[in-house]
Amino acid sequence: MSKFVLSVLVENKFGVLARVAGLFSARGFNITSLAVGETEDPDTSRMTIVVAADEKILEQVKKQLNKLIDVISVQDLTEGEHIGRELILIKVKAPDTKVREKIVKVVDTTGAEIVDVGKKSLTVEESGDDHVIKALVELVRPYGILEIVRTGKIALRSDSE
Amino acid sequence: MTKITGAEILIKMLLEEKVKHIFGYPGGVIIPLADKLYSVEEIKFHLTRHEQGAIHAADGYARATGEVGVCIATSGPGATNLVTGIATAHLDSIPLVAITGQVNSSLIGNDAFQEVDMVGITRPITKHNYLVKDVKDLAQVVKEAFHIARTGRPGPVLIDLPVDVQVNTTEFKEPSLRKLKGYNPTCTGHSGQIKKIAKAIEKSKRPIIYAGGVIILSGADKELTRLARKTDIPVTTTLMGLGAFPEDDPLSLGMLGMHGTAYANHAIQSSDLIIAIGARFDDRVTGRIDEFAPNAKVAHIDVDPSSISKNVQVDIPVIGDAKAILKELNTMITKKEREEWHKMISEWKKELPLKYKDDDKLRPQYIIETIHDMTKDKEVIIATEVGQNQMWAAQHYTYTKPRTLVSSGGLGTMGYGFPAAIGAKIGKPEAIVFDIAGDGSIQMNIQEMAVAVLEKIPVIIVILNNGYLGMVRQWQELFYDKRYAWTVVGGEKGTVCPDFVKLAESFGAKGIRIEKKEDVKKSIKEALKAKGPVILDFVIEREENVFPMVPAGKSISEMLHGLA
Ligand SMILES: Cc1ncc(C[n+]2csc(CCOP(=O)(O)OP(=O)(O)O)c2C)c(N)n1
Ligand SMILES: [Mg+2]
Repeated sequence: MSKFVLSVLVENKFGVLARVAGLFSARGFNITSLAVGETEDPDTSRMTIVVAADEKILEQVKKQLNKLIDVISVQDLTEGEHIGRELILIKVKAPDTKVREKIVKVVDTTGAEIVDVGKKSLTVEESGDDHVIKALVELVRPYGILEIVRTGKIALRSDSE
Repeated sequence: MTKITGAEILIKMLLEEKVKHIFGYPGGVIIPLADKLYSVEEIKFHLTRHEQGAIHAADGYARATGEVGVCIATSGPGATNLVTGIATAHLDSIPLVAITGQVNSSLIGNDAFQEVDMVGITRPITKHNYLVKDVKDLAQVVKEAFHIARTGRPGPVLIDLPVDVQVNTTEFKEPSLRKLKGYNPTCTGHSGQIKKIAKAIEKSKRPIIYAGGVIILSGADKELTRLARKTDIPVTTTLMGLGAFPEDDPLSLGMLGMHGTAYANHAIQSSDLIIAIGARFDDRVTGRIDEFAPNAKVAHIDVDPSSISKNVQVDIPVIGDAKAILKELNTMITKKEREEWHKMISEWKKELPLKYKDDDKLRPQYIIETIHDMTKDKEVIIATEVGQNQMWAAQHYTYTKPRTLVSSGGLGTMGYGFPAAIGAKIGKPEAIVFDIAGDGSIQMNIQEMAVAVLEKIPVIIVILNNGYLGMVRQWQELFYDKRYAWTVVGGEKGTVCPDFVKLAESFGAKGIRIEKKEDVKKSIKEALKAKGPVILDFVIEREENVFPMVPAGKSISEMLHGLA
C-alpha cells in the first residue's frame, strides 16, 4: 500500500463528509488525514484526503467519489507538483529553566514558534510540508513529547512547472 | 403569494413528474402526507401488506414501464422494511424514489420513538439520498430526486421527510436542476473510441456481443439488434439483459455464465473480441476471472465509468449512453458475414443444447416451455423469485422483447417476484403477468395476495414446488455430500406445508395443484381465464437440478452438464 493525496471539491452541505468517508471505510482503507474547509465559493468545500491504499482499488474509489452527487470534482495530487502544507502543535516536556532554554534555542534554528509556555511544558507550532513537520518532530523528540496535534495536509496543484 | 404545506408541495411535484401509482404503507409520521394524497385523483395509492411488498411493487412497475417507481413508508420499522428493496433496486440500477416519514426534525438524534437514521442506513445502497429539514428545500429535493433516479445509470433515491416538514408551510418556488454541480451523467460517447470499436469489429474473426441490463434501461434494443445483424455478431446476454435481443434470432446465444448455455460460454471463451454493453463482468458471468476469455480484446460501453476495468482489463472503453453510442457505432460499420465462426457455434449448439429429461414426470423446464408456447403471441411479463425457479425461467422461456423479464439479478432477493409482478401488472395492465416462484421464495411476501385479490390484479403465480430451498439443496447435493442442512421447507416427501391451494383460497384467490404432466396445459388455460390472482402449485420432481452449471470459482469452460 502506498500513500495518496486526493483533493476533492464538494458541495458545502451536511452529510457530505460521511458519504466521502464511507467510500474509504467500506473498503477497509484508513484515512491518514482529512482536512476540510470552505473554498472561495461558500457553497463548496475542499477536502484534502491522504490515504494509504492499494492503487487499483483507489482507482475504483476515485471513480466512486466522482459518482457521488455532492462531489463536484476529484483531483489526484499524488503524482505531479503540488503545494502541501500542514500545521502541527507539539507539547514538549520542559521541567526546568535549563531545559526550557535549550528547547527555545533549538526551536529558534527552525521556522517554528513557541506559542505557549507552561510550568512544565512548551508548545511549539510549525507549518510546512511533510519534511519540515517531520524534521521538527525529530528535533524536539529527545526532550520528550507530551502531545501532538496535526491539522492534516491541505494541498493545491502547483502552477509552476 | 399563498403558502402551502410540505405535503402539498410534495404532491404538486409528484404530479409534475407524472406519477400515477404509489405503493406504500402508513404510520404515525406520514399521516399528514397520506391525508393530502387521499383526495388526489390522478395518483392511485396501492396499500400493500408489508413495506417490502410496496418497494418491490414499485420496482416491478419501474422495470415493466421504464418510469420511476414510487413508494412511501413511515419512519422506523416502516422505513427499515424498505431496505432490502432499496438494495435490490440499487444493484439492478432501477429508478425508484422512496419516501420515508421521519420523526419531528427537532427530535432527530434523540432516539425518539420510531426514529432511525435512514439516510445513514441507506447511504451505500442508494444512488443518492436526502433528509429534508426545511420545507423550503422540499420542491428542489423532489425535483433532483426524480432527475437523479432516472438519468445516467439509474437507481433508487430516498427522501427522508420529518413530520413537521410535511405540515410546515412556505411559498412554492419553482425548483431548478442547475444547482446540481456535481452531477453530469455523461451522455454521448467519445467518437474516436467508437470508431475504434468499429475497426475492431472489422478486424475480428470471432467477435461476440455481451449485453447487460443497460440495453433495456436505455431503450437500446433496436440499435443492438441492428448492430448484431449487420455485422453478423452473435449475442449473449446476462440475466438482466434477457429480452434485449430476440432469443429466437439465430444470432442469439441466450444467457451466459454460471447457468448460461454451454454454447454462449464456449463462444465467449473462444472469442477474439468481446463487445460488452452495459454489463459489468460480474463473477456469476465470468467464472474464474483469470481464465475468462483469454484471447479476447475487450470493448466496453457503459454509462458508469466505475464499471470500466473493474473486473477485467478493458481495451476500448466508451463512456456514455448505450443507445446514443450504438446509434453512432451503427453509422460506422459495414456489412459482414462470418461463416466460419457461426459454424463453430452451431456445432456447440448441436452438441450441447439446453436440455432436460423430457419423460412423463412433471419437470419444471417443461412447465416454463409450455407457458411460453401457450402465450408467445401475447404480451407477457415474466417475474421471478430467486433460486432454481429463476434460472429455469431464464433458460427455458424465450425472451424476445425488452422489459418482459422482471427479476432480481444483482441482489438475488427471494420474495421479490410476487410484489414485483403486481407492480408490473399495474404498470402494464394489458400484459399477462406470471410470477415464476419457488415454494420457499413465495412464502416471503405472500401477504401481498390480499392486495392482488382486493384490487383484482390477475397475476398468475407458478410455484415450482420441490419442497426444498432447491438452489441451495443443489449445491449441497453437488458439493456437500447431499447433506441437506436447512433446506427442507416442505416437510417430508408427501406432506404439504403450506397447502398453497388452501392458502390461495383463504385470500379469496384461485388455487390449483398440478401433479401430472398432462394437467399442465389445462391448468394454465384456466389461470389465463381468471379475473383475479391464481396460484398454480406444480408439484415437481423434488431433486431436479439446474444445468448446465459452472461451479463457483471455476472457469466458465468447466461446465457440469448433469444427467440429461
Ligand atoms: C432473502 C434471501 N434469503 C436467502 C437467499 C439464499 N437463497 C438463494 S436461492 C434459495 C432457495 C430458494 O428456494 P425456493 O424459493 O424454493 O426456490 P427453488 O430453488 O427451490 O426453485 C435461497 C435460500 C436469498 N437469495 N434471498
Ligand atoms: Mg423450492
